[in-house]
Amino acid sequence: MSKKQKKVVEIRTSPHLKKAISVEQIMRNVVYALLPVCGWSVFQFGISAFALILVTTLTCILTESLFCKLSGRPNSVGDYSVVITALLLALTLPPGFPLWMAVVAGFIAIGLGKSLFGGLGFNVMNPALIGRAFVQAAFPVAITTWTPGFVTGRFVEFIPSSLALPFMSPVNTDVWVKQHALDGFTGATPLALQKFEHVTVDTIDLLTGMVAGSAGETSALLIFVCGLYLAFRKMMDWRIPLSIFVGVTLISLPLYLMNSTLYPSPLFMMLSGGLMLGAMFMATDMVVSPMTAKGVWLYGLVIGLLTVLIRLFGGLTEGVMYAILVANALSPLIASVTQPKIYGAQKQEAES
Amino acid sequence: MGLFNLFRRTKTFKHGVHPMAHKEQTAHLAIKRLPFAPKMVIPLAQHIGAPAVPLVKPGQEVVRGEPIAEAGGFVSVPMHAPVTGIVRSIDQLVPTAAGPKTPAIIIETYEASRQEVLYGLEQDLESLSREALIEAVQASGMVGLGGAAFPSHVKLLPPEGKSIDTLIINGCECEPYLTCDHRVMLEQTDKLLAGIRTIMRATGARQAIIGVEDNKLDAVSKIREKLVKDDAITCEAVETKYPQGAEKMLIKSLLNKEVPSGGLPVDIGVAVYNVGTMAQLGELIPQSRGLIERVVTVSGPGVSKPGNYLVPIGTPLRFLMEQAGSSSDANEVIVGGPMMGMTVASLDVPVTKGVSGVVVFKEENEDQKNRPVYPCIKCGACLDACPINLNPSMLGQLASVRQYEVMETDYHLKDCFECGCCSYVCPSNIPLTQYFRIAKAINRETKAVAA
Repeated sequence: MSKKQKKVVEIRTSPHLKKAISVEQIMRNVVYALLPVCGWSVFQFGISAFALILVTTLTCILTESLFCKLSGRPNSVGDYSVVITALLLALTLPPGFPLWMAVVAGFIAIGLGKSLFGGLGFNVMNPALIGRAFVQAAFPVAITTWTPGFVTGRFVEFIPSSLALPFMSPVNTDVWVKQHALDGFTGATPLALQKFEHVTVDTIDLLTGMVAGSAGETSALLIFVCGLYLAFRKMMDWRIPLSIFVGVTLISLPLYLMNSTLYPSPLFMMLSGGLMLGAMFMATDMVVSPMTAKGVWLYGLVIGLLTVLIRLFGGLTEGVMYAILVANALSPLIASVTQPKIYGAQKQEAES
Repeated sequence: MGLFNLFRRTKTFKHGVHPMAHKEQTAHLAIKRLPFAPKMVIPLAQHIGAPAVPLVKPGQEVVRGEPIAEAGGFVSVPMHAPVTGIVRSIDQLVPTAAGPKTPAIIIETYEASRQEVLYGLEQDLESLSREALIEAVQASGMVGLGGAAFPSHVKLLPPEGKSIDTLIINGCECEPYLTCDHRVMLEQTDKLLAGIRTIMRATGARQAIIGVEDNKLDAVSKIREKLVKDDAITCEAVETKYPQGAEKMLIKSLLNKEVPSGGLPVDIGVAVYNVGTMAQLGELIPQSRGLIERVVTVSGPGVSKPGNYLVPIGTPLRFLMEQAGSSSDANEVIVGGPMMGMTVASLDVPVTKGVSGVVVFKEENEDQKNRPVYPCIKCGACLDACPINLNPSMLGQLASVRQYEVMETDYHLKDCFECGCCSYVCPSNIPLTQYFRIAKAINRETKAVAA
């Protein structure tokens, strides 16, 4: 017995128990949740979408490794957060987006949006959206060139614009679209149709993704279900998408009731464009969203309101990206005005 | 996150965590007396407040139950001999769970002795005045047996202008692994109720509520059976959730009142006592005896004979662990529960009055493996866990840049009672609770220097 006691006892600080969930697990599960959306994107747009996802992923991983090396930090690719950024970035780009531009987007997303701030946990805005905002400004034509989905031969043939050479004038896809698209394809997203021609796309098409749009934003239903998976695993804050939907409804419902020919219904607003993807996967980015209970609601409402305002009254057809970026920038402010009321606080103030 | 709370039935507080209880290892095991160790170590400062003052000299023979040290002030308690034996030393420095070495009385046990408690005197509680009762509680050396080790009699005497209306008896035992309070409630129900009635008289409290987590419903029904009709004592089940047994949380759950920030339960007319304390008082006070032993849960994957042992105060951990069959690959010995307890650096640390459990972990345990620490990803899990509703993430970030004063002035650092929920849930594995301990210690130092 006495021999046995000569062992080493370790000194630790309480608590001595730990919940099993880790950062790496959370991030991996977000990737899992995004995979069906990526799969649908490849099914709809074929090899071009696949190449796009692959290229952004590689670029993001390489950029992260490069910056880690430059700054002398241990390589942080293993925490999977870089993969989330890469997938989200690819899903928000048009399926026929030139691949060399995707490389630029990926580099900017990770380099400027994340690594320069100090890596995971320190960025102030969603890196994927930083990357997209950059290419939106740099390549305004390419990022608004929509190509049809479900074309025959999409698994063997690239959309011609995908393979455009760097710094050349963008490849015109009009001819290719005319050859491949079904009759009536205008190259306009549901939002553009609504805004400029007041044509409202069928809700079922929006849910299932039978519309033009970015590589991964077309099927609202699929994205919603994938997001629900995360919410049920408590790896995503369900209050954020909910408050975004509330925000959207709050402003678009009165407008719709006033003039239903000019303004779309709240349901259309929620299902069209990048709102579902943004609400489920990008606004919920833990790093850049507020943590306080009241702050979360405020943050979601801001995104919902801004999205509708930009869509209906701004020059752009789509406003989710800017709405989220602005809300990201606001989130420290939101957090500071919504600090939780602590146990026993009110009473003390009343007494003193 | 709170969706399911809409349908909750039992009383509870907001936030908190649900660690695996691991109580099945010992919950069914009846309290068993531990043999007497050959050497007993009784630190003079094992309670909050002034250390006790020795009454004995080296070489003196002592009888089990005999007072060996007297209280060193009002916030202090006397000590009693846990064994019949001979005093070897009265000021030897011994290690304690908290770290610093403290003076202790060392008693060598007489092996031949029958170890009967001959000390004590029957006293009629009904005839005692309130003051005499409070004195009797102090004389018994009683401290909070739930772990805080705060002298029990101090809480009986509310400050000027305040009174105690409600007694809350804490039978939550929210710490994983620990089952000693559960066994006490089941096996010493009569003593428990007797103790509560005595303390109600000493405080003048109108009612007493026993709060028990709903994973111990057998204890609830056992207690309710013994209550008389229209009893001033009631027993309530509360949700099984850590840290339900923290006094502020239990008050919120049972009375839906909040203790003012920086205040004490007595500010809202409440005093909280542990069930173990009450049961011991119920046994000791009528015979005017002293506290010489307590129930300790010895559990965890590192022991082969886990159980609820009746352990003489002063038994060295080494002896206790030998008796409980500690395995050779045990690598962490925790005094108290795994959420708030302390690991010991040495097995020479004795069992003191505040030790409710000894939990032994082995190296293979999943929880014991080193996990990398990531930066804060601002997931907000700690905000949803903090029972006090602090912002641990913000506090942690401030701590990492040493803004200790801002933590206190702007983010309520002082309200943190170090329950460990934030560290427990943190996916980045940031040692938040430890950060806060350090910050508090540094703030105390800075203030002491300034003063």
